[in-house]
Formats: sequence, structure tokens, C-alpha cells
Amino acid sequence: MTERTIAVDYLARVEGEGALKVRIQDNRVEDVQLKIFEPPRFFEAFLRGRSYQEAPDITARICGICPVAYQMSSCHAMERALGMKVDGPIRELRRLLYCGEWIESHVLHVYLLHAPDFLGYPDAIHLAKDHPEAVQHALALKKVGNSLMTLLGGREIHPINVRIGGFYRAPTVAELKAFRPQLEGAMPLAEEMVRFAADLDFPKIEEDYEFVSLRHEHEYPMNEGDLVSSRDVHVPQDHWEDVFEEVQVPHSHALQSIRKKGGGSYLVGPLSRYALNRDHLTPHADELARSVGLENVVRNPYRSIIIRGIETVYAIEEALRIIDHYRRPERSFVEPPPVTEVRTGAAVTEAPRGILYHRYRIGPGGLIEDAKIVAPTSQNQKRIEDDLRHLVERSLALDEPTLTDACERAIRNHDPCISCATHFLKLDLERH
Amino acid sequence: MTETRKPKLGVFKFASCDGCQLSILDCEDELLAIAGAVDIADFREASRAVLDGPYDLSLVEGSVTTAHDAERIKGIRAQSKVLVTIGACATAGGIQALRNFGDVEEYRRVVYARPEYIETLATSTAIADHISVDFELRGCPISKFQLLEAVGAFLQGRAPNLPNESVCIECKRRGNVCVLVAHGTPCLGPVTQAGCGAICPAFQRGCYGCFGPQATPNTNSLTEELKVLGVAPPAVQRLFRTFNANAPAFKAASTAATAEATAR
Repeated sequence: MTERTIAVDYLARVEGEGALKVRIQDNRVEDVQLKIFEPPRFFEAFLRGRSYQEAPDITARICGICPVAYQMSSCHAMERALGMKVDGPIRELRRLLYCGEWIESHVLHVYLLHAPDFLGYPDAIHLAKDHPEAVQHALALKKVGNSLMTLLGGREIHPINVRIGGFYRAPTVAELKAFRPQLEGAMPLAEEMVRFAADLDFPKIEEDYEFVSLRHEHEYPMNEGDLVSSRDVHVPQDHWEDVFEEVQVPHSHALQSIRKKGGGSYLVGPLSRYALNRDHLTPHADELARSVGLENVVRNPYRSIIIRGIETVYAIEEALRIIDHYRRPERSFVEPPPVTEVRTGAAVTEAPRGILYHRYRIGPGGLIEDAKIVAPTSQNQKRIEDDLRHLVERSLALDEPTLTDACERAIRNHDPCISCATHFLKLDLERH
Repeated sequence: MTETRKPKLGVFKFASCDGCQLSILDCEDELLAIAGAVDIADFREASRAVLDGPYDLSLVEGSVTTAHDAERIKGIRAQSKVLVTIGACATAGGIQALRNFGDVEEYRRVVYARPEYIETLATSTAIADHISVDFELRGCPISKFQLLEAVGAFLQGRAPNLPNESVCIECKRRGNVCVLVAHGTPCLGPVTQAGCGAICPAFQRGCYGCFGPQATPNTNSLTEELKVLGVAPPAVQRLFRTFNANAPAFKAASTAATAEATAR
């Protein structure tokens, strides 16, 4: 009997602290564990007793890479709890802010975190020595996303301008118009990113994913839409807990999100959004996808890097559209009603790496009584482990370092954000 | 020709959201220049390449919340010539220091189905509570301009030139209308350290203190002013108890507000 263990003690180029352990016995994969040793921070616990108006600022601190996602999901959940309707220019400004985060986060992942895997470099700094133009263009493009967040949100990390009901201050038409040239300049760089990504060499692998994302009647989803899957899910977005649940895996004490029905894994993120919403891409983004040979549904996780590029092109076009149609609202926010009784609300929005679920119960007086937050990475965790199991089963002949590298790459395909997921991912006391 | 050895830079993470180290990658115009001036020896969020210490400059993000991390920071200190803490988690314990005012055992049960498997300390504390720190960069998140100044100063062998005045000074310089005086909006600007650029008042909201207390904060006076505005003691407590809750001046102010709320 032979036993092999593949261990990566510290995953690099992911956000947060994680590790991987795979146990192989007699050429069979016995166990795959994506381990998270990021220390717990107890957000759901200390949100209790805080004002519901504080949730966007506090939950943003769960993740420095996708703070807007936390601000958006918390705002929508609170507004649903209070029966508020936020529409018109404020709704559009929220979408514009999300465009900034999608651009910044996708470019960060494509060039600085993911591309080095395909080209054989430890990081983007080394990549820059041989491909200076690619990295310079990446930084210029990423800067446009960050500048958009700064324009609307005050700063790129933990923006300060988001509140329940809208914004503290709405930008003027002139301020947004002045940003147009930066977005126009970003478009050729984003198109180049799509072609750069499409030219990479991809392992020929297809996975049988159940794709899960939001789907909106008219637009590529960010803040609104129903919760749908490529199999049989189609529910209002605040019904997340009817379809999915978090379970504990007995042998590893893990909390993972699974389908309630059947207990299977599912995938959130760019592959899913694209598979379920390709018809809502702009004609230009759609044509670009076609020109680089993207089929309507992409099941090869490595090729998610191309879809991040397509979504970046989409976000730039969408930002331009919003700016061109913008009329400054009379008030920058909708006034929330007083909270006189217990209210509950839930919402899902599309973080760059997939759907983010928030649910709150607010007591009379407006203090939070209960909070539940399910990050995209905790929803993808079981699916990432499935990818890894299949990869290792296919690759048993590889030597240890090559197989270990391959496993790390397979994890980075899904752009995991471990700080976000910590309060739900498995936490193993074993230290290596 | 012998090549001059470049300084070695380490970037280390403790309990945090990763936002402050992301600020390094957000220096889009300067990143390649920084990477040219130093050898990045250990920066896991950005690179798989890891060089052994010692490090000429270590940037430390995050707070200490586990027994393991309390030991790990000592090792990093021993390997670091200059150690700079970056952000509210590292300099004050961060938002996760709210546990210091609660019952961490109860927190564990609320968040985790199997609390016995969660390894954590009862407190979240600043790095300087565990080791000596050479310089602190405040903020939730840090300002990337302050980060560049600090790294630049280190490379040039001088002290960083950063203000420790209040946000009010920055706010006046920016030409903002005072939200506290003109609109009656609760604002921590008078007691908070400058560095953010007074962005909250510029966006018509009050400062929420994410850069922590300034050098000589008169929190008692501000608390009185907030009362005049009609802010009840529990709300004053929450105002001081966010991202720098465990910074001594803010902790004292929130504790005083708690005492007043209880007495009422």
C-alpha cells in the first residue's frame, strides 16, 4: 500500500491565508482539503447591536479586494427589510461603482495573480521583466477601475460614499463626463487583455458545473435579478436559503455551501455569469467573445481568465453608457423609514468572484439582531475541491512538485478570496 | 563591477481584510519602480517566490488574534531591520477588536457550528502590544500616498514626513464646509488623525475615525458637542467603537459613553 500526500502550506497569489492538502492512497484520491488558516474575525457576531445603517461600512472590512460587493449586498438586504425602493440615477450610480470594482478586481486577477501561472513566472514583477508592456497596460487598466471607485466612492479600498438608500453625495454630470476619456482610453487595453488571455495555452479539461448566478430581465447582472442555475434553480434572489445550505462535513469539521437538493457542489463567478447571461452582453463584448472563440458556455475553468477579460470590456462599456445617460438626482439617497417593528431582509449581488448573500434581522429602533453572510469563495469551496479531485485523479503520474503546482493553479482559476470566506470555510487546527 | 545589494522587502499578514497590502498593488504608477528599488523577499498575496530573511524593511498588516500569531510576529521582528505596521488592524486591533468588548466564547457559538475547532484569543490586539514597532501607518485602509512616503523615506534613510494633526486641519485646507458646525452631522474629524484627505466631509458625511485618534485628542469635548447635537450615549459609544475601537483614546471615550448609557 502506498500513500502520497500533496501539501501546499501557503497558497500564494490568493487573497488571504490558505493551504491545500490532498491524500492519495493506492493511486486513489482519498481526501482533498482546501484549508483556511486565516484567523476568524466574527463579523456576524459583532454586527449584532450595531445600527443597520452601519452595515455597509462594517461589512466592507470583510474584504479589501471587493468591499463594494459587501456594501451593495448589505444595502439591498436592509432596503428589502425596510420596504424601500431605490431607482433611477441612484440605482445607476450603484451599478457604475460596481463597474469600477469589477474592472479593478478582474484586472488584478488576470494579469497580476493568474497570468503568471500560464507563463511560468512566480509573480507579475518577474513577468514584467520579459513582458513589460503587458504589465504596464495591466496597471494602467487597473488604475481606471480604481479611479472610478475613487470618483464615486471617495477611495478605492473601503469607499466612504455608500449608505442605505443611496449615496452621501451624488456626483455632478460634469464630474462624470470628465471621466469619459479615461474609460475610452481603457477600452483598447481591455480588448488587448481579452486577446492576451485567449492566446494562453489551456489544459484541455471540461468540468460538469452547475452554474449559479443572478439573472436580470434586461441586463448583465450586478445588483439585481433572480437567482438561477444551469439546472433547475429559478427563485427570487432573497430565497437563497431555500435552495442552498451550509453543512458541516463530519470528517473535516467544514462548513460548505451545497445544493439542498442532492447535496452537490455548484459554481459561482465569471464562468457562471457568462454561461447564464451571455445574451445580455453588449454587442461589442459579445462579438469580442466570438472573435476569440468563446462558446456560449465555457466549462474549462482555466479559460475563466478570458471571461474576466470579456466582463472587463462589458464593465467599461456599461460605465460609459451610465455616464452618458446620467442626470444628477435631486437627493443623493432615499430616506429610510423609521424601524418600528422587527424586519428581515436578504439580498444577493454579484461580487467579481461570484454571488454574495447577506441576510439581516433588524429590531425596533434599528439595531441588528441577527446577520448571515455567505461569501462567494465559501460557495465555491466544495466545487474547488471537486476540481482538485478530478485533477489529481487525471495526473497521478506527475511528480510531486509538478502536481503541487497544478493544484495551486486549479485553485487560482476561481480567484478565491479567503479573507471573505473565513467565517465559513473549514478551519483546521493542524499547522504545517 | 559589483552590484549593490538591494534592500529586501517583506510583507506579512495577520488578521485583516488584505486591503492594506492591496494598497501596494494599487500604486499603479509606482509599483514597477518600487519593485526595481527593492527585492521583494516575501509577499504572498502577490508572489510565489519567497526569499529567506533577514529583511531590511517589513510591512506588517493585521492584528494578533491567535496564540500562533503572537509567536509568529516575534520571529518576524527578529528577522526585520525596520518594521512598519500598516493599517488600523495592525496599529489598533482593527474592527475585529470589537470582540475585546464582548464575550468571545459566545461569538464563537454564534458564528461557527463547531466552536471547539476555532482557535482564537479572547482579544484582537495591535502589533505594538507584542513587539517593538519602528513606524506606524494609520488608516482603514492606509493611504497609498503615505505608504509611498514611508517606503521612500526608508530607501533614502530618513524619517517619514507624515502629519499627526487632526482631520479638521486637512478638511480646512481642502476647503470643505464643516459638516459638524454647518449641518449638525456627527463627525470624529476633530479627534482623528489626518492622512485620508478629509474625504468623508468632502462627500457630505461625518468622519468615522478610520485613521484613529490624533496625537492630542479632546474626546470629552467632542462627546459634549455630540450630545448637544442630540446623539444619545449608545450612539456615541458606537461612533468611537469601530475600526480603531481598541486605540486607547477611542476606547476611553466609548467606555465613558457606555457608563453614561448604563447610568441613565
